[in-house]
Amino acid sequence: MKAGTVRRTDFRYRLGLNLRAVVGRSYPRIVGANREPSWIFFEALLPLLGIAAYVFIYQFFGNQAIAVITQSTATAPWGMCGKHACADAGEQAQYLAAVNANTNALVASVVLGGTMVAFWLNVLWSMASQLYWEKEIGNLQLYMMAPMNRMALLGGMAVGGMVMTSMRAVSTLVAGVLVFGVIFQVASPLLLLAVFFATLVALYGLGMMFASLYLLWGREAWNLSALMEEPIFFSSGFYFPLGGLLRIPGWGPAIAIAGSFIPASIGLDALRQLTLGSTAFGGTLWIFDVTTELEILVVMAVLFLILARYCLAYLETLAKREGKLTSRHQ
Amino acid sequence: MPYAVETRDLTRIFAGKKKRRIRRKRATGEGEDHLGPVTALDEVSIQIRDGELFGMLGPNGAGKTTLIKILATLLLPTSGQAFVAGHDVAKDPFPIRQRINMVSGGETSGYGLLTARENVWMFSQFYGVPSKVSKGRIDELMHTFGLWDKRDAKVRMLSTGQRQKMNMIRGFVTDPDILFLDEPTLGLDVNAARVIRDYITNWVRSQKGKTVLLTTHYMAEADQMCDRIAIIDNGKILACDTPENLKRMIRTETTFRLEVDTIRDIASFSSMEGVKNFSHTDDISKNRTHLTFILEDEGPVAEILSAITSQGKKVHSLQKSEPTLEDVFISMVGRGFE
Repeated sequence: MKAGTVRRTDFRYRLGLNLRAVVGRSYPRIVGANREPSWIFFEALLPLLGIAAYVFIYQFFGNQAIAVITQSTATAPWGMCGKHACADAGEQAQYLAAVNANTNALVASVVLGGTMVAFWLNVLWSMASQLYWEKEIGNLQLYMMAPMNRMALLGGMAVGGMVMTSMRAVSTLVAGVLVFGVIFQVASPLLLLAVFFATLVALYGLGMMFASLYLLWGREAWNLSALMEEPIFFSSGFYFPLGGLLRIPGWGPAIAIAGSFIPASIGLDALRQLTLGSTAFGGTLWIFDVTTELEILVVMAVLFLILARYCLAYLETLAKREGKLTSRHQ
Repeated sequence: MPYAVETRDLTRIFAGKKKRRIRRKRATGEGEDHLGPVTALDEVSIQIRDGELFGMLGPNGAGKTTLIKILATLLLPTSGQAFVAGHDVAKDPFPIRQRINMVSGGETSGYGLLTARENVWMFSQFYGVPSKVSKGRIDELMHTFGLWDKRDAKVRMLSTGQRQKMNMIRGFVTDPDILFLDEPTLGLDVNAARVIRDYITNWVRSQKGKTVLLTTHYMAEADQMCDRIAIIDNGKILACDTPENLKRMIRTETTFRLEVDTIRDIASFSSMEGVKNFSHTDDISKNRTHLTFILEDEGPVAEILSAITSQGKKVHSLQKSEPTLEDVFISMVGRGFE
């Protein structure tokens, strides 16, 4: 080749190349998806219906507890405070406040969980299965032929997914707060941001790892995604504090531990502690303290990113050997 | 000095279906022929010089796309070696990827929600082209390819031809040294195909160090555009030379084209003395058969006409013609591209 055509390979060039690739690949997700205004209905308002079902159940239980406390009888003129009759108006007010606080904490847990559901669904259906989709529409071979690092491709998908889903999650959160009147008390905004960011990185790191595996499994991966949807909602405590599951004798701890391998579980637990206070639910329904959970999330994030890197490199070679990167046209 | 592209005994075998499925299909007697390993490329050795517009001509399934995908670092060879810009495709893909791009006919790549301009820009980012440079090139290429009016149209609203023009712009926007074009004018109307052919030819001729490997099964396209052509069939290179030299190979032979009523009994032609090879295609709508004969001399013409008329078929036209690349192919493999 001519000397004039020699291309750069230095670190600065590679860094610029990969940053541009991240921006390029995130662009369609950030800009493209929001060109369809219908997402507001489907992605922000419809999830509220799912949240509402849990909210109404928790509010019903709260109202029943309040009815017991406020119902005056001959033997309990100030109502029942737990298993005993309230001694006076002061104790009754104390119990009422506790019930209201617990109900608010449960409803807030559901709204937070509903917000994180958006991220989990995005990871599952738009991140993990994305390379498979890209192959189907013919983009994958163009991506794999480009000089960018493969992690930049996945990184772009992840950044785009995070930004796009954050907009949707915030919409759900705001709508949830306005509709259900939830009160959050954020004591450490910086720590909250750190936990949220670590949760997203760990979650999308997991999605990046899945993306490589799905490339190998092809259509069978759809079944895996479907399998991981509802069961994960339950085992990861999207609609209730996971510590509650942990305290159910027998099968509870096993399911909670299995669910904790999804970063959203630990992340949600920490986010709930940071927005409701660690004393909410009497401080008995949390898995670990926030600092420990942040450390776990950071370890998960690093681990999943490394695994994603090696999975993709291995599976790219395998796919090139078996002709699976381009099999659509052959 | 290394070649822009060089392959040495390049072989690619696709494994075929899994054994269990083969056993089941064999038990039911279905499609046994296509289940085993398929040799897509069989010891292919070619050298493409820097600055050359090189054509790969062959029918569907000949191995053209497989070769391009190996050269584009998307597929590993089963054996043999392939070098692009002096680098081994299997061992050193990064410097190759910096210098190449690929466009295939009928591509559906990109995202329907993005505009044509945004789509091309996105792909340019994967090659590290600065946004300002990329946008300038895109605008220029949009004008050249007649796509300027559609620059802000969403990709899903583009017609097949417009989409293919956008794909071509995607291929050129990264300013590659080596461009792989896999049937780039497939399914396009005459005007769109002409615009693309003219641009490719001009791109190679007007700049130093730009190389194109073009696969096609359009004879005229290969004849008109390429400096050299390799004829490939069943994964093997049958011949490789300039279009003129390839046609000269059979100039000692005589090519006759006939249009006759649809004829079924064609087996007897191959056994006639003096018939080197022949091909036929049926035009069902007109109830006609088109026959092309490669003859050693004009001697057998009378016998051929007699054989046709003896079946009660009418000869509508008879033409002696200069050899084309298709005639070269027929002469070599005994059948046409269709």
